[in-house]
Amino acid sequence: MKIAVCVKHVPEGPGRIDPGSKRLDRTGEGALNHFDANAVEEALRLKGDGEGEVVVVSLGPEKAADSLRKALAMGADRAVLVSDEAAAGSDLVATSKVLAGALARENADLVLFGQQASDADGAVLWAAVAERLRRPVVSQAAELTVSGDTVRVKRQTEYGYDVIEASLPAVVAVSDAINEPRYPSLKGIMGAKKKPFETLTVSDTGVAADEAGEAGSKTEVRALGAPPSRGESKKIEGDANAAQAIVDFLAEKRLV
Amino acid sequence: MSILVFLEHHDGEIQKGSLGVLAKAASLGDAHAVIVGGGVGALAAEAGKYGAVKVHVADDASLDPPLPQPRVDVLAKLAGDYDAVFFANSVLAADVAAGLAARLDAGLNWDLVDVTGDFTGKRPALQDSVLVDVGWKSTPRLALFRAGSFDAAPTGGGEPETTQAAVELEEHSRAAKIVDQQLEEASGPSIEDADVIVAGGRGLGAPENFTLAEELARALGGAVGATRAVVDAGWYPYSAQIGQTGKTVSPKLYVALGISGAIQHKVGMQSSNVIVAINKDPNAPIFEFSDLGVVGDVHEVVPKLTELVKQRKS
Repeated sequence: MKIAVCVKHVPEGPGRIDPGSKRLDRTGEGALNHFDANAVEEALRLKGDGEGEVVVVSLGPEKAADSLRKALAMGADRAVLVSDEAAAGSDLVATSKVLAGALARENADLVLFGQQASDADGAVLWAAVAERLRRPVVSQAAELTVSGDTVRVKRQTEYGYDVIEASLPAVVAVSDAINEPRYPSLKGIMGAKKKPFETLTVSDTGVAADEAGEAGSKTEVRALGAPPSRGESKKIEGDANAAQAIVDFLAEKRLV
Repeated sequence: MSILVFLEHHDGEIQKGSLGVLAKAASLGDAHAVIVGGGVGALAAEAGKYGAVKVHVADDASLDPPLPQPRVDVLAKLAGDYDAVFFANSVLAADVAAGLAARLDAGLNWDLVDVTGDFTGKRPALQDSVLVDVGWKSTPRLALFRAGSFDAAPTGGGEPETTQAAVELEEHSRAAKIVDQQLEEASGPSIEDADVIVAGGRGLGAPENFTLAEELARALGGAVGATRAVVDAGWYPYSAQIGQTGKTVSPKLYVALGISGAIQHKVGMQSSNVIVAINKDPNAPIFEFSDLGVVGDVHEVVPKLTELVKQRKS
């Protein structure tokens, strides 16, 4: 079985938005989006000692190679990085188009995603990519098994669990409850340097330059502002009558 | 302007968040709704009360399982007639919205907390440290709103016009099926609909101490919530989980007992009207976004508080 895992290189630390471009500043240090480590782990677990291949795929700046190398150090077999100035500033429509183009070249039996991007808080990309690939999609997978040409997923929802079966090829987004990602071993880190690593441009994915990046995006950032304040905050410390103080506060707010 | 609102439903009821988004849409222009499922025709009248003047109903047994792709097929045939399509965020709605964005090459903005009459979306970013104005460059504009962004208040609308929506499923939309469902119903009131939530975290010390939260919730007429840490530890059922991997709530009052306030929990409850936190750690992050913070031992403060609330109510 061939499994492709989509990973994102995200800025480390609290992050900042560049006031000029109004984009997330991606010039600093970055790391593998930690939710994607769950997807890499699940792919490695599914492959086990058996036949098959785990290929990690990313769209991002050149530095995203660091995150792909981390996935290779965890045990993935091969990496593909789509890195092209023409793709900078891509929104969901443009990103899903380029990523689907890169994935179509791979034609994997199973495409895995992590449950969200920790930088943009996005939790939607898989459904757009699946639609472009015309494959079934299941998100919030808390358990995943493959038998024959069927993937069986326990999907966590607001109401409990659904057990969903989909025919391969399929796209699945795993929840971070599905596993504990391994840490790369020293041997893994050394070995990662020798693994195949392919870098693609947008046109290599079969997508025209004006369909990627800001030109191909259908949303835009217009302005940045300060968040609404929560108002004044009170804090009580070392008060034996704290319970009474809470009741008085609630009464003032007409909540009791 | 015309706006289509995707109404999600569960167990014969339209989800409260969807009704809030519908009421918002009705305040901006002509609000139409779409309901997809099996045996859902009766829900159209309910949508009228929240401002829908027209409801597209796709009622078919094949649409009963809550899977996203058949819903994309239904919405794709309708969306082109509208200036915007609105969704209330959920596991299902997010997948429907994103699938529709790809199908129509339509822009999707997510995690919005508001939208103006000229279609500028308001989106908090970077742990809510900045509020971003976002827009769309083409129609239909797809918008996914953070849960609890709008009150689900009836608008006083009447009976809506209903029409049957076409149901023609793509091959890949029929490639997934639900083979089993394990629903975990909470024993008390549902936390999504509760006006008051008392939530417990690790600081309660032991699973049996959740009775502190339950008794206070009963006194306040509210529901009980829990952090992911205590749900993972088996102290409380998943149906009560609030946060990134659980439910997003926005009650009038949120009382946090022994909850540190990690970002994963914060995203699930930060739009609560009033937040009261009790924690013995004076440096707990929850105090940074509480309206009233009490540094103290929950085991001492909460029983007294419950007693005082009961006295006041009797």
